[in-house]
Amino acid sequence: MSTPTWVPRRRRGAELALTVMAVAIGVFGYIAVGLGVSGTIPSDTYALIGGLVLAAIGAHLAVRRFAPYADPILLPLVLCLNGLGLVMIHRLDLGRQAIDPERGAFAGSQVVWTFVGIVAFAAVLVIVRDHRRLQALTYTFGLAAIVLLILPLLPGIGHEQNGARIWIRLGPFSFQPGEAAKICLAIFFAGYLVVKRDVLALAGKRILGIDLPRGRDLGPILLGWLISVGILVFQRDLGSSLLFFGLFVVVLFVATERPGWLVVGSLLFAFGAWLGYTAFGHVRVRFEAWLDPFADPDRNMQIVSALFGLAHGGLIGRGWGQGSPELTPFSFSDFILASLGEELGLTGLMAILLIYGLIVERGLRIALTCRDGFGKLLAIGLTMSFAIQVFIVAGGVTRLIPLTGLTAPFLAQGGSSIVMNWAIIALLLRISDQTRRPAPPTSSVGSDEQTQVVKL
Amino acid sequence: MNKPIRLLSIACLLMFAALLVNANVLQVVQADDLNAREGNRRVIDEEFSRERGAILVDGTPVAESVPTDDRWSFQRQYPEAGLYAPVTGYFSYIYGQSALERSQNSILSGSDNRLFVNRVVDLLGNQEPQGGSVELTLDPVAQRAAAEGLRDLGEGTRGAVAAINPQTGEILAMVSQPTYDPNALASHDLSATRDAWDQLTADPNQPMLNRSTQLTLPPGSTFKLVTAAAALENLNLTPDSEVKGGAELTFPGKQYTLPNQGGSDCGGDPISLRQALEVSCNVSFGDLANQVGEDALVEQAELFGFGADPLQGLAYERSRVVGAQSEGLEDTQLAQTGIGQYEVAATPLQMAMVAAAIANDGVVMNPYIVDTLRAPNLEVLEQTEPSEFGEAMSPEHAAMLRDMMVSVVDSGTGGPAAIPGVQVGGKTGTAESAADRPPYAWFVSFAPANDPQVAVAVLVEAVTGDTSDIGGGRLGGPIARSVMEAVLR
Repeated sequence: MSTPTWVPRRRRGAELALTVMAVAIGVFGYIAVGLGVSGTIPSDTYALIGGLVLAAIGAHLAVRRFAPYADPILLPLVLCLNGLGLVMIHRLDLGRQAIDPERGAFAGSQVVWTFVGIVAFAAVLVIVRDHRRLQALTYTFGLAAIVLLILPLLPGIGHEQNGARIWIRLGPFSFQPGEAAKICLAIFFAGYLVVKRDVLALAGKRILGIDLPRGRDLGPILLGWLISVGILVFQRDLGSSLLFFGLFVVVLFVATERPGWLVVGSLLFAFGAWLGYTAFGHVRVRFEAWLDPFADPDRNMQIVSALFGLAHGGLIGRGWGQGSPELTPFSFSDFILASLGEELGLTGLMAILLIYGLIVERGLRIALTCRDGFGKLLAIGLTMSFAIQVFIVAGGVTRLIPLTGLTAPFLAQGGSSIVMNWAIIALLLRISDQTRRPAPPTSSVGSDEQTQVVKL
Repeated sequence: MNKPIRLLSIACLLMFAALLVNANVLQVVQADDLNAREGNRRVIDEEFSRERGAILVDGTPVAESVPTDDRWSFQRQYPEAGLYAPVTGYFSYIYGQSALERSQNSILSGSDNRLFVNRVVDLLGNQEPQGGSVELTLDPVAQRAAAEGLRDLGEGTRGAVAAINPQTGEILAMVSQPTYDPNALASHDLSATRDAWDQLTADPNQPMLNRSTQLTLPPGSTFKLVTAAAALENLNLTPDSEVKGGAELTFPGKQYTLPNQGGSDCGGDPISLRQALEVSCNVSFGDLANQVGEDALVEQAELFGFGADPLQGLAYERSRVVGAQSEGLEDTQLAQTGIGQYEVAATPLQMAMVAAAIANDGVVMNPYIVDTLRAPNLEVLEQTEPSEFGEAMSPEHAAMLRDMMVSVVDSGTGGPAAIPGVQVGGKTGTAESAADRPPYAWFVSFAPANDPQVAVAVLVEAVTGDTSDIGGGRLGGPIARSVMEAVLR
């Protein structure tokens, strides 16, 4: 084995410095909301600073201890987004309750969920000491994904909200299992395809320049995917259907290295979109609202209000607490990017989009440099699903593409979303740690040289 | 597997580039359009909460924002209530804005590009942005005189007065009756606003209509000034030229005859052009219209401003000589057109412009109502300069017509407008628009004839009683006189 020319560095100090800045952005945002709404610095600022610093330092220490070679930028980026999201949800609580005191506040529970998310983040780092061990559980995760997706349809625990049946409710807690299913499916796809990639790519007939795999190779994964997407369509959760479909096509493309899959995927998507447009009234409504929201400003009031807000925000925004983002329904969840764009302006919105872009870039880099096939596929799957989700939600609220209900990762209100996204970042950091870790010292025992060390 | 990952990286790059470009398009390029859209509550709330600039007449606000301590920080007030309502319009949370509140909104609200530096200074100084002010050309004494004149005819009488400075085009008075109180629509009590709106829109007398610019009606005998101008210009007449007189005008091969009002014979046949105008002889001008021809008559009217919209900032209905569907007039119709009937319809402001042009050596000035736009620090942003609409007639012919109009006041139907010691020119008119409705009374005038300072048009709708031209002079003359006196004081 040759000596690597690249000396791995931990860069944990850089991560800490960036983490402090990320926390500072959140804290100053909170103070600015206080000044903007009531003209005073909120009295509980110290408690907030304390809590945030504690959580951030906890996350940082978990990385330092359990993934010392992991990418140093991801954690601060995510903390920054999480902080901005909390501040915006708090600000919208104030705005919405100024209109009607009966309306629920979300900031408090979102803080709790953030802590749960960071605990989940640390737990993943502690439990999954080597991501390759997940490969052994490929089919378990596949099954888990299907079970999770079926749960909301079960009577008793399933719960419909705003026209989509994607929640389960256990006692006081409601949870969106689709978010967890996304991770399970990514693991399932990666584990399955890394084994079958050669047969998928090579065996089988070649039709119209596309190597079609044999049915028995493709069957299981196709089935798993069909069930997931089918359930989601049944639950009227179009955003997630689109996301899972994209995840599947992307991982298949990377595994087989056959661009034909992208063509097939695009055709299938076009067909599905056409089917949805003709079969479902709500798809047609969304599409028409995208083409010309002002044709029916009352029906398209939500997107119209978001566009007015973004335009009113302009270049530099109204400032924290100075705009009217609370006029838009779901300003704190699906439309939180529009709320941020209104108060922080184009400048702030672009900064947030760039943070998302950087997270995606770090994910792609992890996928590129990862040395094992499973890790590569898992990293690209998680990263691309993140990128597609951001594109769908940000493009939707800014009228780049038709609106589909998805949450903006780390910003939008919603417990399951924030917890699962923290878990995704933990998985990416785990793969990154494995990748950047220095090669194991050459053992004096010759036979060990050919064996890769798998930490158990 | 790295090749596909690199391809996907490029795809991600494109996706995020699209998001960023789209955000720029939305928040910068399309922002102004979106902000200007109706029903944009953010913009309405912001404009309502801002210190909106004042609309001033002679330095006194007729629309101003005063601080309040409710949800919005400022209340729009109209101290003179209905007097300036046709000009200022209203500023309502629910119903938007109208008239100058609407057309001057960017200055009043402070969002105009010329106020950009002020906004930046306000932003840096953490000051609430302020709107600029709009100074009008109106003369408050003339405005009040016109409104009182109309009110003296009875609260139920519909009418309008427009007065302009013939030499500059400045609008000196613009009154419409019945009017409305814009304070009721600017109220922060939204249910009261709704009630007021419902009541105003249901009123058959249309109190929110600015009758001096938005209502075109047959101008009747006042249109004979246009016919006379066309005759002077095209037929080379003088005031002493002989024109057809007599009791009625006949048309070859037709049953129809055009009579004079009250069966008069205009004092003989033929008579002088001067006498024809003095007694407002239908026969003479019906005949002159046919001598001049339709094309020349329409062209003459358009030179005075018919068919155009020369007024900036206020809703304006274009005046017309023939209907849009018209395919050439028959001689009977042309004769009726020549005396301001048939399809002729004009706004009071248009008829004031006709009188003003005759007084101003034939030169038509563009009428304007906004004199000066000022920034919150009183710096002048824009000063309207008088501009020519065009030359309607030669100075010589204008002098002849002016001279004849003075005769109308001195020894004809326009007697009630006479001001001792001042040469006043005028012309009366009544017109019927439908047989079952009472006619309209008109009066146009200017003063003084040698150095014109003011031209007035008075319209009184739905006159009952005396329907002759003398009625027009009797109803409109005193109002025109008091407006002219107010300007000349």
